[in-house]
Amino acid sequence: MVAPLPANAVRKPGDHKGRPYSRVVNAAMKARHAFMVMVVCAGMTAASAAEVPPGAASCTGCHAEKPNVDTPVPRLAEQDANAMVAAMQAYRSGQRPATVMDRIAKGFSDDEIKAIAAWFVMQR
Amino acid sequence: MFPLPLLAQGAQPRIVVIGGGFAGATAARFLKRADPRLNVTLVEPNPVFAACPFSNEVIASLRDMRAQLFGYDRIATAGVVVAHQAATALDGQARTVTLGNGAKLAYDRLVLAPGSDLRFDALPGYDAAAAERMPHAWKAGEQTLLLRRQLEAMEDGGTVVMTLPALPYRCPPASYERASLIAHYLKTKKPRSKLVVLDAKDTFSMQRLFENAWQELYPNLEWVPVSSGGNPTGVDAAAMTVSSDFDTYKAAVANIIPPQKAGRIAELAGTADRTGWCPVDPVTFESRLVPGIHVLGDAAIAGAVPKSAFAANAAAKICASAVAKLVFGEAPAAPKFVNTCYSLVAPDYGISIAGVYQPVNGQWLEVEGAGGISPVDAPRAFRNQEAKFANGWFNTITSEIFG
Repeated sequence: MVAPLPANAVRKPGDHKGRPYSRVVNAAMKARHAFMVMVVCAGMTAASAAEVPPGAASCTGCHAEKPNVDTPVPRLAEQDANAMVAAMQAYRSGQRPATVMDRIAKGFSDDEIKAIAAWFVMQR
Repeated sequence: MFPLPLLAQGAQPRIVVIGGGFAGATAARFLKRADPRLNVTLVEPNPVFAACPFSNEVIASLRDMRAQLFGYDRIATAGVVVAHQAATALDGQARTVTLGNGAKLAYDRLVLAPGSDLRFDALPGYDAAAAERMPHAWKAGEQTLLLRRQLEAMEDGGTVVMTLPALPYRCPPASYERASLIAHYLKTKKPRSKLVVLDAKDTFSMQRLFENAWQELYPNLEWVPVSSGGNPTGVDAAAMTVSSDFDTYKAAVANIIPPQKAGRIAELAGTADRTGWCPVDPVTFESRLVPGIHVLGDAAIAGAVPKSAFAANAAAKICASAVAKLVFGEAPAAPKFVNTCYSLVAPDYGISIAGVYQPVNGQWLEVEGAGGISPVDAPRAFRNQEAKFANGWFNTITSEIFG
């Protein structure tokens, strides 16, 4: 088991002037302490509340987290979790036209897709 | 299964990352994100990183070198201690790294991400001195600009010769992208010139896509595979000749991409095997040869996962999460990851290969039914869109790491 974090290790919202990646750290830190957050995150198990679900870390290679990045690729943090799940399922079935997302979506199950979508919602 | 931490809980585990490229810089930054308690030091001699992806456009006079350059300021602001020194020695037992300035860093876990080193003992005649005359440009920076300037200075009508090695090497698709973009440069600026590509291989990634595009766009490009006598056998940098199994070519410009191996520090650490690359555990990227040392990026033998910048960044994020758990005696999560490699056959014509990978029986394997290459028959609009996504990817990934 992990020892409780010292109080000064947990940054409060706004400490980093709202930069998106600090909210990621913030969210992960809070989830470690408050497993109740899991209830909001559909599809995640007790042990993995603060963990990055399989595959999610790769997404931000193309899907920018930060603002002001010149790219036509949509940002995941702006999307609704259900819409993300539906999009991935539609890419996987071929129903939604894609250049590369069909090939990627085919590598993930429904549970994995739901976990990834829920995790990105937690990053806001 | 996972060793108990050496430290009392609440202490700050020390992680040293050697190599500030796509893998190492990502690992350092994401280690801090995974757990701010970690004391993370990034060892990288160069104060400015020159990115390889899209450097082929610089070589082909389509892009400014400044678009490839990134500093480490934001990584430092994120809480990583950045040491602009070379790692000159390391002791896996004592768990220390010695830097060029004599400083010694103690670590609880070490991450090596030294990239690929060019082998100057592999192709007869091609040593470090020859590379100043016949650039490899397979590490970005001065070599990129050297090759670009040589192409610009070349008289129209001269022959450009490229040589490509056998697998494995850093980013094979990029070598075919380079052939494409050099052909593009010649077609537009030196129309009487041609490009000969001497290949130690018969097959390569996205081959049908490249060959279809070359047929449509580049009559000035001749690819000579090994079975047609194209295997590179040696060079004479003074005479500017390049030899293959069947022929010797006089090159106005020669781009030699020699065989490669893991960066030197990986060898010094004892993490490289006889292939010259580093076997690792897929879940944690921990070396199979030296406990407590993780190897990322090109240097690692990662099963089906290619040696690409995208994969280096994705693997580094997985490894960072794993190390953050391991130092506190916790089990890392079961990972899965995605790779997507874009190649530009022309500035507005992009193609891609993707893969989804998971660890199976100690190896990274492709998830069946997923991944693959861009459709062979696709309209020009599709190719334009992939070119735009390629540019977007570069901006996004470099922003994630350095921005």
